[in-house]
Amino acid sequence: MTVKIPYYPGCTLKATAKNFEDTARLVAGVFDYELDDLYRWNCCGAVYGLSEDNVMHKVAPVRNLLRVKEVGEKRVLTLCSMCFNTLKRANYYVRKNKDKLEVINAIMYLENTTYDGSVEVIHLLELLRDEIGFDKVKKAVKKPLSGITVASYYGCLLLRPNEIAIDNMEQPTVMEDLMEALGASVIDLNVKTECCGAYQTVPRKDLVADRTNLIVEEARKAGADLIITSCPLCHFNLDRRQKEAKERHPDFHPMPILYFTQLMALAFGFEEEKLGFKPHYVDPRPLLKERGLL
Amino acid sequence: MAEQEVLNKEEERKPQAKMVPVFIMGQKYEVPEGSTILNAIEYAGYQLKKGVGCREGFCGACATVYRLPGDYKLRGGLACQTVVQPGMYLAQLPFTPAQKAIYDIDEVKPDITTFQKFYPEAFRCLGCNACSKVCPQELKVMDYIQAIMRGDLELAADLSFDCIMCGLCTMRCPAEMAQYNIALLARRLYGKYMMPKPEFLYKRIEDIEQGKFDKEFEEIMSLSPDELKKRYAERDINFKIT
Ligand code: SF4
Ligand code: SF4
Ligand code: SF4
Ligand code: SF4
Ligand code: FES
Repeated sequence: MTVKIPYYPGCTLKATAKNFEDTARLVAGVFDYELDDLYRWNCCGAVYGLSEDNVMHKVAPVRNLLRVKEVGEKRVLTLCSMCFNTLKRANYYVRKNKDKLEVINAIMYLENTTYDGSVEVIHLLELLRDEIGFDKVKKAVKKPLSGITVASYYGCLLLRPNEIAIDNMEQPTVMEDLMEALGASVIDLNVKTECCGAYQTVPRKDLVADRTNLIVEEARKAGADLIITSCPLCHFNLDRRQKEAKERHPDFHPMPILYFTQLMALAFGFEEEKLGFKPHYVDPRPLLKERGLL
Repeated sequence: MAEQEVLNKEEERKPQAKMVPVFIMGQKYEVPEGSTILNAIEYAGYQLKKGVGCREGFCGACATVYRLPGDYKLRGGLACQTVVQPGMYLAQLPFTPAQKAIYDIDEVKPDITTFQKFYPEAFRCLGCNACSKVCPQELKVMDYIQAIMRGDLELAADLSFDCIMCGLCTMRCPAEMAQYNIALLARRLYGKYMMPKPEFLYKRIEDIEQGKFDKEFEEIMSLSPDELKKRYAERDINFKIT
């Protein structure tokens, strides 16, 4: 029986990271899960507001949680690490600060219901690890990814602050474990939780290009062929900024950056056209062809 | 009928309007119960040159903000459609200053980049929903802006379809955008580039221009009224549109 799981897409997954969403749907389908888009949703807030008393910036994420409760659901799945972080932190905040939750509910008086902190925010990686299980993932593999070595890049949003982390915040392994289940070789990337430069990519391309240079070079030194991520912003920085990285560091070698769901869909035997490789700046197809995976 | 009875009848026919107090820009007036805000303002002696148009709830010229006694909510309404309530505090907005982009619809693309270029402030939406709270058309204003933010122009066009451009949402927006002009661009792009094209219409226009129906028209025009009636009665109502 197919399990419909309430899904908060986020705007990036409907626009520039469509390939992440499409492959996530394919992957979930293999385990009889259907990502069920919330019938109404708004931006998650994009960046979690750090000032404790600025409730206005928490209305957007909390309103999305209210939408989940409104349709009688208890949990909501996210793919974008940024959405995950913003929603889960806002949830944590209103659970801890009932008075602020009251203020937020008062602002949202047009809604038919109030929010109470009851919804759980989960990331697809958690669903795969804790509910589906990597044993099942292993059994679903049709085309083992032997022949490629994968570096997992977490960035900050899945792990910090500790209260919302999906794994050990210093030494996460969930993505490495997942890749091993797909038959890939993995390396332990020493900079896997360091900053990609985030939104500095707009005013300070140079700075982000240097971060990209560092992360990709560390991955290469450790023997990786490609890097996986679960964040559209990390993906943008690590992939697109390779152009500037090359300009600033002549020795730089390009490396493909993929969403973990793209590699899963590949290992589960989906055709090349469904894997969404076209929008990539560094095309992963030559590498995957060379290793006999396409 | 006795004289007194006639007089009583006349007394009955006179409007027996109960008067209610309202505050127009802070000044108290007694106005007839059941009148619209627009009528109340005029009853109080104001002559409106701005802030009124169709008087039918369509033109969006008569945006008004008001509060009710004992309620903190700032409400919005159309003066011509909203009935006064006792103790109402109100002010009309004659005009909403709003940024409006100039573009050539033939040159712009029906996607998110167009909005990033012409209305970057749309992406500052906080999700506060202040706009929807005040919209007299009860539109999901926040939702149409959110749809635009993720490039879903079809949804934005649909949700904003009944917007009458009154400007109330714009006056309330902490992100300082003019939602109605942004939505107008969405509907224009949707209409021009995304809506299914009525191919049959183009074909029919071509037929007309090539004179395909000229002869038939000439013939119809030459008929007498009786002949026309006969034709009408005998017409085939189950014809197929080709
Ligand atoms: S975090 Fe980014 S992708 Fe997610 S909803 Fe907010 S703006 Fe959109
Ligand atoms: S969306 Fe804004 S401008 Fe349009 S009718 Fe509603 S309040 Fe008025
Ligand atoms: S009032 Fe402005 S900021 Fe608030 S939800 Fe509406 S568009 Fe967004
Ligand atoms: S809620 Fe009102 S008083 Fe507070 S910051 Fe916003 S506009 Fe100012
Ligand atoms: S006068 Fe036109 S909508 Fe009120």
